[in-house]
Amino acid sequence: MRNLLIFITKYNAFFLFLIFEISSLIIYVKYNTFQKATFINSAANVTGNLYAHINELYGYLSLKEVNDSLAHENARLKSQLKSSFYIDTVAKRKVNDTVYKQQYEFAEAKVINNSINRRNNYLTINIGTNEGIVKGRGVICSSGVVGIIVFVSPHYAVVQSLLNKDTRISAMLADHKDIGSFRWVSNLDPGKGLLTDISNNAQPKLGEKVVTTQYSLFPSGILIGKVSNLRAKEGGSSLNLVVDLSVDFSKLQYVYVVTNKFGQEQLGLEAQQKKDE
Amino acid sequence: MSRVILINLIRFILLVFIQVFLLKNIALYNLSTPYFYILFILLLPFEIPNLLLFLFAFILGLTIDAFYDTPGLHAASCVLLAFVRILFISITVQKEGFDNEPEPTVSIMGFRWFFTYALVLTLFHHFFLFNLEVFRFSEIRYTLTRVILSSIFTVFLMLITGLLFYRSKERK
Repeated sequence: MRNLLIFITKYNAFFLFLIFEISSLIIYVKYNTFQKATFINSAANVTGNLYAHINELYGYLSLKEVNDSLAHENARLKSQLKSSFYIDTVAKRKVNDTVYKQQYEFAEAKVINNSINRRNNYLTINIGTNEGIVKGRGVICSSGVVGIIVFVSPHYAVVQSLLNKDTRISAMLADHKDIGSFRWVSNLDPGKGLLTDISNNAQPKLGEKVVTTQYSLFPSGILIGKVSNLRAKEGGSSLNLVVDLSVDFSKLQYVYVVTNKFGQEQLGLEAQQKKDE
Repeated sequence: MSRVILINLIRFILLVFIQVFLLKNIALYNLSTPYFYILFILLLPFEIPNLLLFLFAFILGLTIDAFYDTPGLHAASCVLLAFVRILFISITVQKEGFDNEPEPTVSIMGFRWFFTYALVLTLFHHFFLFNLEVFRFSEIRYTLTRVILSSIFTVFLMLITGLLFYRSKERK
């Protein structure tokens, strides 16, 4: 026993190393597999607050770009207003239209923390459960799809961005309606993604738009990017296309959180079907 | 003694701030990402007890993890770094010299020793960090490129900082 104690004190550095290394690896593995250790992330109070303050400073640096993109979006939305269409029928009546029910709602949020150069990138936004945000909502911005919410706290939420190895989004070619799956490519380029599992019969064109499908969290037809290379990987049973992302993740300032009002109903129905099997 | 604690506390806060709010946004061609904060562990005094060294490394790692959303990743790398530091110092520095050489800085230990020290420790830390993050061998060449280029960037920043705070009167 004495000898053992002497041995341990003589090589204390090694044993201390083992203890600390194992405990940090446990934290690391646990977080990855179960996503449990949500207390250490940027949605927590201290880090979230710090990021919010620093972001106020950063915000001044990109006021011009934000203004431009907002003005651009305003112009696009204005052109969709009823008042900007010319009415070519004389008869005019007012209908309370019950055909259309609101399915998607958008909540505006500010990005307070962002990363683009890591293997798995996340953003933090400044709204949370207090504003009715829950896990699993989609996030878009004026130029396209941004990501999916993975953690929420009362005031902040963490978004797993498109630039993440685990993100998969159901996507299709805008003109040909061929459905595939979108993910980020392996060489960590923040401007490119890969559209996989497009059937071999499809005839995509260079520059064709890639948009979300109705199977995803997002409303159908939200832009993801444009096809920039038709033959990314040869030899599979399906086509792989390289997509230039439409969102510039390095300049992201304002985003919208999408709420599908019928999402809960759909999930419940599908869960019931799984239970029956 | 209290002066040493104060200096290290300020160094801790300053390095975490620089890492999280400045260097986190920097990546050269998506290959070279500096992890400059490990300078804190490198510059801890020679005579620090092993337990404290590991504890500080663990806390520093967790602090960075909290900002990077990767619990445990940086903590594990920093603890490994602390272990390599103990080995490296026990091999290269004589115990008797501790009285007039309190901290392993450039001005006290000389440029050549500090350069080797920083390079070896940074390579160990970055190699472990990047491989733990990627966690597969199929991308090993890409990962190694990132390790080497990032290490060069980090060591470069460390040497600049070392020379910036160079005090020639401490040199014997």
